[in-house]
Amino acid sequence: MSKEIEAIKDPGLPEHVLRRADTDPIAARKAERQVATLFTLSSLGTITLIGAYFFIPQDVFIFFPVLGSTNAHQLFLGLGLAASVFFIGMGAIHWAKTLMPDEEVVIQRHEFRSPDEDRAEFVKTAKEGAAAAGLGRRSLIKRSLGLSLGLAGLSPLVFLRDLGPTPGDSLSKTSWKAGTRLVTDPGDRPIKASDLEVGAVAQTLPELAKGEKRTLPNIARDAVLLIRLRPEEFNLNAERLSWTHEGIIAFSKICSHMGCAVALYEQQTKHLLCPCHQSTFDVTRAAKVIFGPSARPLPQLAVTVDSEGYLVAQSPFTEPIGPSFWGRLK
Amino acid sequence: MTARERIAGSVANYVDERTGAAAWMKKNLNKVFPDHWSFLLGEIALYSFVILLLSGTFLTFWFDPSQREVIYDGTYAPLQGIHMSAAYASSLDISFEVRGGLLMRQIHHWSALIFMAAIVVHLMRVYFTGAFRKPREFNWIIGIGLLTLGIVEGFLGYSLPDDLLSGTGVRIAEAIMQAIPVVGSYISFFAFGGAFPGEAFIPRIYIVHVLILPGIFLALITVHLMLVWYQKHTQYPGPGRTEKNVVGYPLLPVYMAKAGGFFFIVFGVTAFLGAVASINPIWLYGPYTPAQVSAGSQPDWYMGWLDGLVRMAPPIETIFFGYTISWNILLPGLIIPGILFTGMALYPFIESWITGDKREHHLLDRPRNAPNRTALGVMSLTFMIIALINGGNDIIATTFDLTINQIMWFSRISIFILPPIAFVITKRLCLSLQRADRELVLHGRETGRLVMMPHGEFVEVHEPISPEKAWILTQHEQQPALALEENDASGVRRPGVLKNKLRARMSKAHAVSIPKATAADLKEIEHH
Repeated sequence: MSKEIEAIKDPGLPEHVLRRADTDPIAARKAERQVATLFTLSSLGTITLIGAYFFIPQDVFIFFPVLGSTNAHQLFLGLGLAASVFFIGMGAIHWAKTLMPDEEVVIQRHEFRSPDEDRAEFVKTAKEGAAAAGLGRRSLIKRSLGLSLGLAGLSPLVFLRDLGPTPGDSLSKTSWKAGTRLVTDPGDRPIKASDLEVGAVAQTLPELAKGEKRTLPNIARDAVLLIRLRPEEFNLNAERLSWTHEGIIAFSKICSHMGCAVALYEQQTKHLLCPCHQSTFDVTRAAKVIFGPSARPLPQLAVTVDSEGYLVAQSPFTEPIGPSFWGRLK
Repeated sequence: MTARERIAGSVANYVDERTGAAAWMKKNLNKVFPDHWSFLLGEIALYSFVILLLSGTFLTFWFDPSQREVIYDGTYAPLQGIHMSAAYASSLDISFEVRGGLLMRQIHHWSALIFMAAIVVHLMRVYFTGAFRKPREFNWIIGIGLLTLGIVEGFLGYSLPDDLLSGTGVRIAEAIMQAIPVVGSYISFFAFGGAFPGEAFIPRIYIVHVLILPGIFLALITVHLMLVWYQKHTQYPGPGRTEKNVVGYPLLPVYMAKAGGFFFIVFGVTAFLGAVASINPIWLYGPYTPAQVSAGSQPDWYMGWLDGLVRMAPPIETIFFGYTISWNILLPGLIIPGILFTGMALYPFIESWITGDKREHHLLDRPRNAPNRTALGVMSLTFMIIALINGGNDIIATTFDLTINQIMWFSRISIFILPPIAFVITKRLCLSLQRADRELVLHGRETGRLVMMPHGEFVEVHEPISPEKAWILTQHEQQPALALEENDASGVRRPGVLKNKLRARMSKAHAVSIPKATAADLKEIEHH
């Protein structure tokens, strides 16, 4: 115990210091008035709130320094509510700090561990209960109960089966077919090669058959970005070059990383950038990833023109578009 | 007896005769709560939760959780005639047509941010002061659960309006689902009721957001508070405060007035933010369509670190017997967060294994007196902050005229280098502070008064510190490292050599400290 003798001693709880309001009735009355003032401010806040709700039209804007042009209805409604609750809190706390007793109280803690006899009693009761039920002896009941509980626990999985269809090959397919026209998005107008100047970008979708309706799941798979460069700017192999038409190259607009729309095209560098995670793709090299977390180029759509001169797909995409998944290459 | 007392008495009698509540109330109204500003952080989280329930209920009266396509014909002119989901249209109606709707939306969003911030800061307080130690490990785990669910709940919440920004977030969540090996595409199709985005997702996450998760929150928060109540609050060390007592204000009336008042203050500040500070102006983003995105897409701050990790991940995807494994998504999106949160949940057990300390602790540690723990905490925070910075790399790049590549490479390298450096620096700082404490106790406070000695030397007069202060600086226990010998008494090698070696090593690192000043030290100095 030498250590405890050596330690610096605990001087014990410091003496209680009285506040001014404890000894001086004038200070106490002043504190009381302050608390009442705070509560009154709250009431004024509520009145502001009600006034703003009923009497300030929703389309009035006023100018406030710092805030700029602000909707007066929303502003005064909010300020009224803020004051209404804030000053109740201020009042209560000021009351507690100035007028309620501020003497600290000491209470003792107790060990959480149950007394030994209680623990022994509990173990005995539990054992007796188990013995009375025959859990130890009747293993047939125990096992069959275990099995039935386990199986019953599986039933939610069965009930949840109809949450959705199985994916099948739908993640690998898009609406693009050989000869599908590229149409503008928005506008649904077919595009002639001559409509697109060098350096231009167009957002396109496959042309719909009569009566077909475009759905968001279709757009999420079919969106294609069309970019026109000068043909000599490409750095492509022969096959990929044959997928372009007079410098027009088309890529899936859905990022090969996590599926955002790859929407930022930098004309100077000919880079496509996904704003979500900054994967950067080089258009001149078939959307090769040159920076960022994406592991694959954007799938390229082979394009050409049809007999009327409109841009069409030569063939469907040759690989699944969008983010990777387990069976992507199957 | 006045009439009022008689009525109160008979009501109390009526209730007590049927419930026996008086005995319980008598015991619990005398409950004592220690006072410290850092104990308010958890309260902020609790009160924000109440504000979230109130404002959220208001929003449900008008919100239409449906992805059915409608044509907008409300008062916001720029979007009139545009096709959008009923969810987005009704969010616009709440913002522009329902009186107080925008205010409630903004209060709801602000209080969600405050809720998460308060949880994180409260967690830091609990961690750095060692409040998670026995007997409070359960509450620590419940807290980690609340933090995790809070992230999910927040994400679902800002996904509901179905605007362009939130839809992009959902798309990313869908890609994480798809990346799960073997079952990923099935999980995605089950969650979305078919191909992304479908029409099922918003109604489904709506019921999760407004019923299932809030229900779990309510249950967990109740248990969390009941445990605090039952186990009594921890307290900071100080004169008269011991492991066996609680020093503070009684529940009635002081604590109740202060805590109740504080709820109104938190509500007031949140309402003020909702009134003056615009947040998530969905009408500027437009409705979600998968082919569009807005530049500078950012999640809410508590998801930012996750997005930052995803952004800095290396572009690696491997093919395994023809099947694709996307490490660039799995690592930052699932594996690293999984390790971080599991490690965090297990930390109380890891620490008590290292120190071999199985006793109850009710007095909090000063962070400097647990250098290893403090350093580990700062190291983890450094990791998270770098990830968070990278989550905003595009915004930082445009604000500070840097390239995204520079920030990305900075993050990729520093996420490995800076956390260990932070560990070493923090540990040294803690030990220096311990040294300063020792100095202060032994030599007193520098007064700034210079005195010339008879022989011409100038010395500064030191003043002894108060016994209260000296106690605070020396009350902590300095546990020696575990003595785990490789061989037992008879020279036989113990089983689990490697495990023991590791434990002995960590225990040694954990026990590093500057010996605290003792009464004997003081006496020795006086004799000089």
